[in-house]
Amino acid sequence: MAEKFDAIVVGAGPSGNAAAYTMAKAGLKVLQLERGEYPGSKNVQGAILYSDALEKIIPDFRDDAPLERHIIEQRMWVLDDESYIGTHYRSDEFNKPPYNRYTIIRAQFDKWFSEKVQEAGAMLICETTVSDLLMDGKRVIGVQTDRLGGSIYADIVILADGVNSLLATKAGFHPELEPKNVALAVKEIHFMPQETVEARFNVNGDAGVVIEMAGKITKGMMGTGFLYTNKESLTIGVGCMLSDLKQQKISPYQLLEEMKAHPSIAPILEGGEMKEYTAHLIPEGGYKAIPELCGDGWMIVGDSGMFVNAMHREGSNLAMTTGCFAAETVIELAAEQKPFTAKNLARYREKLNESFVIKDLKKYKNMPDVFHANPQFFTTYPEMLNQAAHKMLRVDGIDKKTKEKQIMANFKQRRSLFGLMGDAYKLWRAFE
Amino acid sequence: MSANVKVEEKLFQNRYRVDAGRPHIQIKDEELCASRCETQQCTVCCPAGCYTLEGNGRIVLITDGCLECGTCRIICNDHRNVAWEYPRGGYGVLFKFG
Ligand SMILES: Cc1cc2nc3c(=O)[nH]c(=O)nc-3n(C[C@H](O)[C@H](O)[C@H](O)COP(=O)(O)OP(=O)(O)OC[C@H]3O[C@@H](n4cnc5c(N)ncnc54)[C@H](O)[C@@H]3O)c2cc1C
Ligand code: SF4
Ligand code: SF4
Repeated sequence: MAEKFDAIVVGAGPSGNAAAYTMAKAGLKVLQLERGEYPGSKNVQGAILYSDALEKIIPDFRDDAPLERHIIEQRMWVLDDESYIGTHYRSDEFNKPPYNRYTIIRAQFDKWFSEKVQEAGAMLICETTVSDLLMDGKRVIGVQTDRLGGSIYADIVILADGVNSLLATKAGFHPELEPKNVALAVKEIHFMPQETVEARFNVNGDAGVVIEMAGKITKGMMGTGFLYTNKESLTIGVGCMLSDLKQQKISPYQLLEEMKAHPSIAPILEGGEMKEYTAHLIPEGGYKAIPELCGDGWMIVGDSGMFVNAMHREGSNLAMTTGCFAAETVIELAAEQKPFTAKNLARYREKLNESFVIKDLKKYKNMPDVFHANPQFFTTYPEMLNQAAHKMLRVDGIDKKTKEKQIMANFKQRRSLFGLMGDAYKLWRAFE
Repeated sequence: MSANVKVEEKLFQNRYRVDAGRPHIQIKDEELCASRCETQQCTVCCPAGCYTLEGNGRIVLITDGCLECGTCRIICNDHRNVAWEYPRGGYGVLFKFG
């Protein structure tokens, strides 16, 4: 194929789909390449979809997108070995359309999104892995694929190829990922009758519940777990930083298995049929780990650019938003008949800086360092909190004031008062 | 503590199109794994159990069950001994749900 395109998009996840859709709508000649058999066949997510980002691209997505349940309740659990302490927030406000968050199944969702991209006029070729970027000196002029007879040319190449970001690494745009900046998540989907899901979570219709978890389930590693309700299935998963997994002797699937056996979790999964086991990396290095985002003839969007807000488990929305900004930059420059040089493409970075994307990531920029340096957030604290709750709730003839004293003594013994105050301060500084 | 789980049972639920005879990941220098890598952490961290330690101290990599996550490449950062590519287009794991 000696044909030349205005733009090539590598990848058909949310970032690539948002970019390809936006450019195709504006009348540009867009080619999108995806290595999977169909869009979504390589992709893994929890998965929560935030309406806002998608609404900006496809306002009426609710009409036909494959959505599982809208979320009306969020639970946060801190787990000890046999217990959890947590908060549940449920509001009927979340049960009034238009809904704000949905659970989705990525393989189905990506396929749907991709159909919209093709309707908008972009050309999609699946089952094709881009093996290298074609360079003319420092400028990207196209891509090399493992089929189609090789080279395809375009004025701009948008790298929406996900967390591993192999193409940019190979081209020398950024170094290899560091273990401290990526988490590995493993996940399973368990099917059960719709009525069972609804009874176990006290919901009806299309309403759903999500549970975010931290504590002993990650064996002291920096990480979290999750359990989400779909229409007739539950997804359960756990993720930890690679730098921590590298120090442990427990495999990721054993970690997941032990989490599933937790006495507060096992009854929820009881009787379900496990139909798929997946694993995927999440870029969690935050603001400080964001690589160079554009250069002559190329831009990076989505996970490939570290665009994940780990504190709020947001990724797909940042992927879509960054994909849109990159596309808008291309559309504007094309209209102004300006070349896609690094200097001109810097406009993409400006758009990011002015938006919630960079503002949010910047806000939490110290969070990864704080957690890496203070493992007690994942070990001692979950234990202490659970023990405190246990002590207060157990009726055993000891007065509450004495119990409080015992709890404080335990806190101080486990971690000095200065340590506790210091931790609170560190967290506050990082959140501020 | 639940009993040790066999990852094969989990992988059995997945769909794959294996590119027979063309593994997409390779160990660059097998001797290095056997003699100079102390922790051989790929055998622990791979979520699909693709790396196994043989009795003679050697590491064997079989990529048929690979979930294409990238973990093995990134955690081998002390030796950079993993040559990692995606499978050819259309091959490898095929998620039904993701
Ligand atoms: C377990 C888990 C739970 C998560 N939960 C949430 C959540 O609840 N909410 C949320 O918003 N985010 C969540 N995320 C994050 C979210 O999934 C990602 O941020 C999002 O998928 C990033 O989109 P992307 O398009 O940048 O990358 P991807 O979705 O990874 O898409 C990249 C695409 O590029 C293709 N590709 C890669 N290389 C090539 C190549 N060389 N040639 C051709 N094609 C290629 C891939 O096959 C893939 O289709 C979660 C992630 C994980 C792993
Ligand atoms: S971690 Fe790297 S060097 Fe060590 S055994 Fe595994 S592949 Fe070999
Ligand atoms: S890419 Fe992931 S699943 Fe595949 S061999 Fe490496 S660690 Fe294992």
